[in-house]
Amino acid sequence: MPSLKDVKMKIVGVGKTKQITKAMNMVASAKLRSAQSRIERFRPYAAKYRQVLAELSRKMEGNAHPLLAEHEEKKNCAIVMITSDRGLCGSFNGNITSQAFRLAKEKTYAGMSVSFACVGRKGWDAARKAGYTMMTSYADRMGNSIDFALASSVAAEAIHGYETLAFDEVWLVYGEFVSMGHLPPRTICLLPLKAPKVEDSPQTSGEVRCEYIYEPKEEKLFVELLPRYVRVQVYCGMLDTSASEHAARMAAMDNATRNCNELINSLTLLYNKTRQASITSELIDIVGGAEALSG
Amino acid sequence: MSTLQLDVITPDKTVVSLEAEMVVCPGVEGEFGVLPQHVSLLSALKIGAMRYRTGGKDEYLFISGGFVDVNNNVMTVLAESAERAADIDTARAQTARERAEKRLAAGDVDAIRAEAALSRSVSRLHIAR
Repeated sequence: MPSLKDVKMKIVGVGKTKQITKAMNMVASAKLRSAQSRIERFRPYAAKYRQVLAELSRKMEGNAHPLLAEHEEKKNCAIVMITSDRGLCGSFNGNITSQAFRLAKEKTYAGMSVSFACVGRKGWDAARKAGYTMMTSYADRMGNSIDFALASSVAAEAIHGYETLAFDEVWLVYGEFVSMGHLPPRTICLLPLKAPKVEDSPQTSGEVRCEYIYEPKEEKLFVELLPRYVRVQVYCGMLDTSASEHAARMAAMDNATRNCNELINSLTLLYNKTRQASITSELIDIVGGAEALSG
Repeated sequence: MSTLQLDVITPDKTVVSLEAEMVVCPGVEGEFGVLPQHVSLLSALKIGAMRYRTGGKDEYLFISGGFVDVNNNVMTVLAESAERAADIDTARAQTARERAEKRLAAGDVDAIRAEAALSRSVSRLHIAR
């Protein structure tokens, strides 16, 4: 039986942990809000980009750009993995890394050598521990300091590798932000690039499409715009990962706070029981002593 | 007077969204103007100044590359960065300019980047004035 004082100390300790988890929950929810608003602000850009590129690619012939063309011989595969820098967010990073490793295994079976580029410390640590070939890491850049320039440098590396035939495939693994409770890891093929398609809903196809004037020529414009689309995708992945990181942390901290409450309840029960037991035993002593005196 | 909808969008935010009477853009093949009811157009832009007239007043914007799409009397400018003349940080542009000039003078390996930085800072300063 633990002493009364021990139980009391334990209750105080758990109470302090609860304060911390509660505070982390609130911090995460504030950060989530700002991350979500960044996604919102980026969405019009991405949507317009997709639309313009789809319009343009309708005019182009199949493999008009080296980034669209599949390499015939597939030997090297690069995986860009976007995770968070910090832990304490439940299974969030684990889900992303395990998805990435599964993909890596598939590619290894297919006879390709896999190398990793990581954004975020957690993914970097996991991939290094698993013994994969590492290329570059952009650790400690998640959170508020992600910007388009970072996405550009990640994309530039991928594009350079693809064009110089150092990679034959580039994949992007990140945490998608679907809703607060639904944060699935997502894998997309970054290169060879698949040009976005126009969704031919009856509404748009019924419209008379007027011919565009292109300046400079379509081909040139396409060559200019296509590599930038990779950046848009990478940036999108970063923003999503950062938002879902905060959402995951919120959920994890909420759970932790709830567990603390449960623990405090059961400890309080134990505390009361222990106190009652000590009172009872004292009473028995007193009664026993009185009996002995009167007897 | 007829107008066209002008949206200037960067990855971080929508910089401008208003009804403009006329827009002049720095296209890669020369500056061009867009009036309401313009034919559909897709053009790449270079670093430079964009001018638009709204409510009879001329406003200036700094655009660092990107492209413009005109369709259905809606003009959308997608740029990696865009700033209104009043929002330009002149001190920062000034130091960026000096740094870029120094790099070019020193014959830095990354001459292309330095040159781009120089043209960005110069046109920022030019617009801010």
